[in-house]
Amino acid sequence: MKVETCNISRHETFQGPYRRLILDASGIGCAGVPGQFVHLRIPRLDGAVLRRPFSLYRAGKDGIEVLYKPVGRGTDAMLSMVQGDSLSLIGPLGNGFPVCGKKRTPVLVAGGYGVAPLSFLALTSARPGIIFIGGARADDVLCVDDFKSRGWDVRVTTEDGSLGAKGRVTVAIDAWLQSPESRGDREWYACGPDGLLKAVGERAAANGWNAWLSLDKHMGCGVGACLACVQRVRNADGTEGWVRVCRDGPVFEARSIVW
Amino acid sequence: MVKSSSKTPDTTAPSMAVDIGGIRMRNPVMVASGTFGYGPEYADLVDLNALGALVVKGIRIAPWDGNPTPRMVEVPGGLVNAIGLQGPGVDGFIADYLPFLRGYEVPVIVNIWGRSLDEYREVAQRLDGVPGIAGIELNISCPNVKEGGLAFGTQPDMARSVIAAVRRATRLPLIPKLSPNVSDIRVFAAIAEAEGADAISLINSYPAMVIDVRTRRPVLANRVGGLSGPAIHPIAVKLVWEAARAVKIPVVGMGGITGPQEALEFLIAGARAVAVGTANFTDPTTALRVRDGIRDYLAEQGMHDIGELIGSLAT
Repeated sequence: MKVETCNISRHETFQGPYRRLILDASGIGCAGVPGQFVHLRIPRLDGAVLRRPFSLYRAGKDGIEVLYKPVGRGTDAMLSMVQGDSLSLIGPLGNGFPVCGKKRTPVLVAGGYGVAPLSFLALTSARPGIIFIGGARADDVLCVDDFKSRGWDVRVTTEDGSLGAKGRVTVAIDAWLQSPESRGDREWYACGPDGLLKAVGERAAANGWNAWLSLDKHMGCGVGACLACVQRVRNADGTEGWVRVCRDGPVFEARSIVW
Repeated sequence: MVKSSSKTPDTTAPSMAVDIGGIRMRNPVMVASGTFGYGPEYADLVDLNALGALVVKGIRIAPWDGNPTPRMVEVPGGLVNAIGLQGPGVDGFIADYLPFLRGYEVPVIVNIWGRSLDEYREVAQRLDGVPGIAGIELNISCPNVKEGGLAFGTQPDMARSVIAAVRRATRLPLIPKLSPNVSDIRVFAAIAEAEGADAISLINSYPAMVIDVRTRRPVLANRVGGLSGPAIHPIAVKLVWEAARAVKIPVVGMGGITGPQEALEFLIAGARAVAVGTANFTDPTTALRVRDGIRDYLAEQGMHDIGELIGSLAT
C-alpha cells in the first residue's frame, strides 16, 4: 500500500457510457492483483474530502487501468479529466480474490462494471471457466471479448433482452445449474450489486461451493480507519460482527455475509 | 572588492516542540480521534513517529457495535458521519493495538467515552498505569450515540460531573474534548480547567443531517450525524479563540484543517497544538504537510520557537 502520484496516460470511452482510465502508476501496478482496488483523488472536484474507490481492471509494470460509469458527483467530475492530468492514488488496497482450487473450474458472475476485476482475474486464471455477465441493456455488458479470447464460456443476459438471454443474470445461472454441464467441482467469483451477490452466494452455498464476493460499499478512508464501509458478517463461532470492506475485504466468502 | 557578510544565515530550524498538559510532543500536529484508526491502518503510508501525537478512535469499557450503515456521506466542504463509536473495548484495545503502538515513540492519546458516569470512570481506571499511553482525551461531545456522548458535553453540570469523576480515576494527562454545539464554549472550558483537566481539545463534529430528496429519507441510517471538514473550520477557529482566552490550560484546536494555513489560524488564535481529522482521508500525509508548513512559516516570520506564534493574534 502506498500513496502514488501519477499521470493519466489515456482516458477514453470504453463502451456506451462507460469510460476507461489508464494511469502510469507503475508502483501500484506492479503490486496490484485481481480483486484489489485503488482509492483515487479526483482532481478539480471542489469541496470533496473523500477519494473514490475503483477495482483494478488491469495492473502491471506500466501502470493500472480502471473502468467507470458516471453515476454521481465524483464520477461526473472525472469525465473532465484529460491525458497528462496528475492525480493521487492510494493502493493497491484490500485483498485480492483467492486462487481457484486446482481441481475446480472457476465460475464468474458479473453485473455492470463489476466485470472489471473479474476480467483481470480471468487474465491470471490457470484455466478458462464460465462467466455470466448481466446488465440492464446491451451497453452494460462489458468485456465479453476479454473472456472469449481466452477461451471462456460467456453467457450474457440483459434485462431488456437487447443482448443475450432476456432477464436477470440469475435466469441464466439457474438454467445452467439445472443442466448436466454444471456438475463438477466449482469455485465461484462475483462482483456486482448486492442483490446479485446475494443470489450467487445462495446458489453456490446450496451446492456446497465457495463463492468469493467482491462487495461495493461507500468508503471513507479506504484503509480501515474510519469504519464507514462495514459489512455485517457471521464469525466462525456463530456470533455476528462487522468487517471493514476496504481493509478486510473487499472479497468475502458468501456464507459469512449477513445480508 | 566584495566584502563577505559577517552575518551567517540562521540555519537553525525553529523549535516546534510543545507540552500539552504534560504530554511532550515533537511538533504540534496531532491526528484526531476517529480519523486515524488505532495506528496500524495508516502505518504503511505515514511515519507515525513524525506525528506530534496520535489520538486513537474512541474506546469504552466493552466492545461496541456502532450504528447501522450507511454511516458516512460526503457534502460540499466536508462529510457527515454517524459511525457511532464502533470499537474493540478497552481490553481489546490494550491486547490488539497497544503492543503495536508501543513500537513507536509517538505519544498515544486514548479517546474514551461511556454511556454513564460509571463507564467513563471504569475505562479511565483501566487505562491508568498501562504502559504506552501518554494521555486521555475525554469524549463528551460525540453526536452519534444515544446515551452518553453529547449529553455530557452540552449540559454544564453533567460535564462537570464526568470530568471530575475521570480526573479522580486517572493520573494520566486528561484532555476533555468539547462540543461546538453549546451557547458559550467558555463555560465548558472553564469547567474543564476547574475540575483538573490538563488541557482541552475542540471542536468535535457539528450535529448535522442530510436528506435524500428522491426517497425523502435521511441518508444516514442513524438519521443524524456530525459534520466535519473544511466547512466547520471558521466555526472552530472562533471557538478555539474564545476558549483559549478563557483558560490557562493548553488548547488543542481542530476542525477542517487541510493544510498549514488552517493550522496556523488555530495556533494564532491561541491553540498550543492542532489535530488533523477528515483531511487524513483526503490525503493521509496532511499532518506532515501541516508540520512542514508551520515550520516554514516560523522561519519566514523570523520566529525561533512556536511559542512565539501561539496566541499571537493581532486585534
